[in-house]
Amino acid sequence: MNSNSGYNGLFDPMLAPGRTLDFAQQGLSNKTVGNPFSEKAKMSVRNLNVYYDNKQAIHDVSLDIKRNEVMAMIGPSGCGKSTFLRCLNRMNDTLDNCRVEGEVTLDEHNIYDRKQDVVPLRARVGIVFQKPNPFPKSIYENVAYGPKVHGLVSRRAQLDEIVEDSLRKASLWDEVKDRLFSPGTGLSGGQQQRLCIARTIAVSPEVILMDEPCSALDPIATARIEELMAELSQNFTIAIVTHSMQQAARVSNRTAYFHMGRLIEVNDTRRVFTNPEHELTEAYITGRFG
Amino acid sequence: MSKAKSKVSIANNLNTIDLVQRNLAKRKRAEWRFRAYGVGAILFGLACLLILFSDIISKGHGAFMQTQIYMEVTLDSQRLNIDDPTSDQQIRQANYDSVLAQALIAQYETGSTLSENTADSFKPLSALDKRQLLNLISTGAVYTIGQRLSDNPQLLNQTVGFWLIADDDVDNYVKNIEHGGKGFSSRLNKQQQEWVNNWMANEQVRQVFNSTFFTSGDSREPEQAGIHSALVGSLYMLLVTIGLTFPIGIAAAVYLEEYAAKNRVTDFIEVNINNLAAVPSIIFGLLGLAIFIGFFDMPRSVPLMGGLVLTLMTLPTIIISSRAAIKAVPPSIRDAAYGLGASKMQVVLHHVVPLAMPGMLTGAIIGFALALGETAPLLMIGMVAFIVDVPNGLMDPSSALPVQIFLWADSPERAFVERSSAAIMVLLAFLITMNGLAVWLRHRLGRSYQ
Repeated sequence: MNSNSGYNGLFDPMLAPGRTLDFAQQGLSNKTVGNPFSEKAKMSVRNLNVYYDNKQAIHDVSLDIKRNEVMAMIGPSGCGKSTFLRCLNRMNDTLDNCRVEGEVTLDEHNIYDRKQDVVPLRARVGIVFQKPNPFPKSIYENVAYGPKVHGLVSRRAQLDEIVEDSLRKASLWDEVKDRLFSPGTGLSGGQQQRLCIARTIAVSPEVILMDEPCSALDPIATARIEELMAELSQNFTIAIVTHSMQQAARVSNRTAYFHMGRLIEVNDTRRVFTNPEHELTEAYITGRFG
Repeated sequence: MSKAKSKVSIANNLNTIDLVQRNLAKRKRAEWRFRAYGVGAILFGLACLLILFSDIISKGHGAFMQTQIYMEVTLDSQRLNIDDPTSDQQIRQANYDSVLAQALIAQYETGSTLSENTADSFKPLSALDKRQLLNLISTGAVYTIGQRLSDNPQLLNQTVGFWLIADDDVDNYVKNIEHGGKGFSSRLNKQQQEWVNNWMANEQVRQVFNSTFFTSGDSREPEQAGIHSALVGSLYMLLVTIGLTFPIGIAAAVYLEEYAAKNRVTDFIEVNINNLAAVPSIIFGLLGLAIFIGFFDMPRSVPLMGGLVLTLMTLPTIIISSRAAIKAVPPSIRDAAYGLGASKMQVVLHHVVPLAMPGMLTGAIIGFALALGETAPLLMIGMVAFIVDVPNGLMDPSSALPVQIFLWADSPERAFVERSSAAIMVLLAFLITMNGLAVWLRHRLGRSYQ
């Protein structure tokens, strides 16, 4: 039982794993261990390779994300977990130098299909970013933006309802109900991030991707977001990238450990943090490198 | 600490805090000098501005006042050669010069009550004297008489008092007399000066606001010249330039930033836009001459042409500043909108353009201000013409404010010097208003998006 011990949540990029823990040198397997696949997959990734220009960022990753689970992705800086997450709703399309190979399915439909339009895809797979990024508009406008662009509502009353509902689900309603029309950028960092979550929920997506949603927040705000994730997992499938192993341990059902662009281990969170299968996972969670 | 001791401490291992202390005074002096350079630069700029403004204002303020001379004119129907003052044609063809000359000469030949000094020493005027006397009143004075008669036909065959516009030399003389007249050599000869002095003594001379300057077009006679046609021409050109440059510039900038793939073609386009921004403006004039007038056979010296040439000149600047403004929109805002499933057009129209708008406007208005003050390309397309009429549309021959200044500054008449300075003041006021508008718009738009 040495999980989390000695780990301080900070990573020194100079201690990049490649130097001391090269797969070949160490004679370690780079095949994924654990249970990456599932019968009840909401999203399935098969043989995913991602390149930035000619540099490969993701090597042959296959993984299933189950319906209504919280899947945490951990790993040292630069291991490709954020890149992997952004592949799930094709946010990488906005980068000119990014190339994606392989198959990602949402309800057994390939989202990298030529005919797939990213607009409806992103309505179904929402994303929350690392840094709170509310639009420089009012709180109301922020939440209402998604439903408006997708034409989900025809009447103002319906929109009001969606805004209130989303803000309630993001447990922000009580704090902002009196100032819905003041700027969203005037809120505190934690409130802004919950506003971003409310904005994502307002489109009622099926999957919510979270890219280190708490790394810019203080511990109290972090705790609120974590509580929120537990509630949200009842209705949504959540994939979260996090630097904090404690956070992964607290919020997720399953944890995937990435290392140098490869998926090393996928297991139930408890198993990963108490009895990891792979040596690299163990080395990481015990803080032997970061 | 004694000197000897401190020397030892320098030679030995130095305490960090001692070193810091030693350098502190030096650093403070350097800091002070650095600030002084900045203050000096600002003072230099302000001084230049002050010199420019005081020079222009001291030269040009006189042009806003106009000298008038009071004269009682008998509207004798025989001299005027009209019998029906209600007939437009007769009014137009009447011989006002004759009645005016008669009125002027009468003062000195018959010993009019208005001029007591000359009444005693009566002698008939020579032909030369008569001409010199007539020269003291502007040739435009006849229009004042004609207008009054046409408005009031019952005045025919009566003696009426008029305030008539003085000739520019008289205007100049009177203004200088009022300001002490040191080191001033008038173009009036002794005899003419005496006449004017006489009028001044009789309170027949007054200074009024020079409304002609704002209501009439160019003229060979400075006292009748105004900036109206040039101002209207400049406004029309500015309208064409704004109407074309703003949408084209923003569309180009948005496409290049948001849609165009980053490859050799876009690099090539970017390099060329940057080069175009640095091309001397007269080259755009030549281009306009060759393409619009030479090839498309469009009319010359019309505001539409001027606007098109200024559009060519302003576009690169606007595209560059708009691209910079679009680049400055934080990527997190784009990510947020894309993440919600907004289409590219929605991201651009809902977020990127509104957020970039203050920056784009600033760049655009600076570009328009430059276009407004531009002279060289307009010379190339024939807008340097002598235009008396106020243009009624984009296809009427017109002048432009900077070109008008150029023309007047080139004229020999002394009165045009103050008129060109006054026109510069109007142009500067125009530019300051535009820049003020830019600041206000940026403030307004900026506030609603922060």
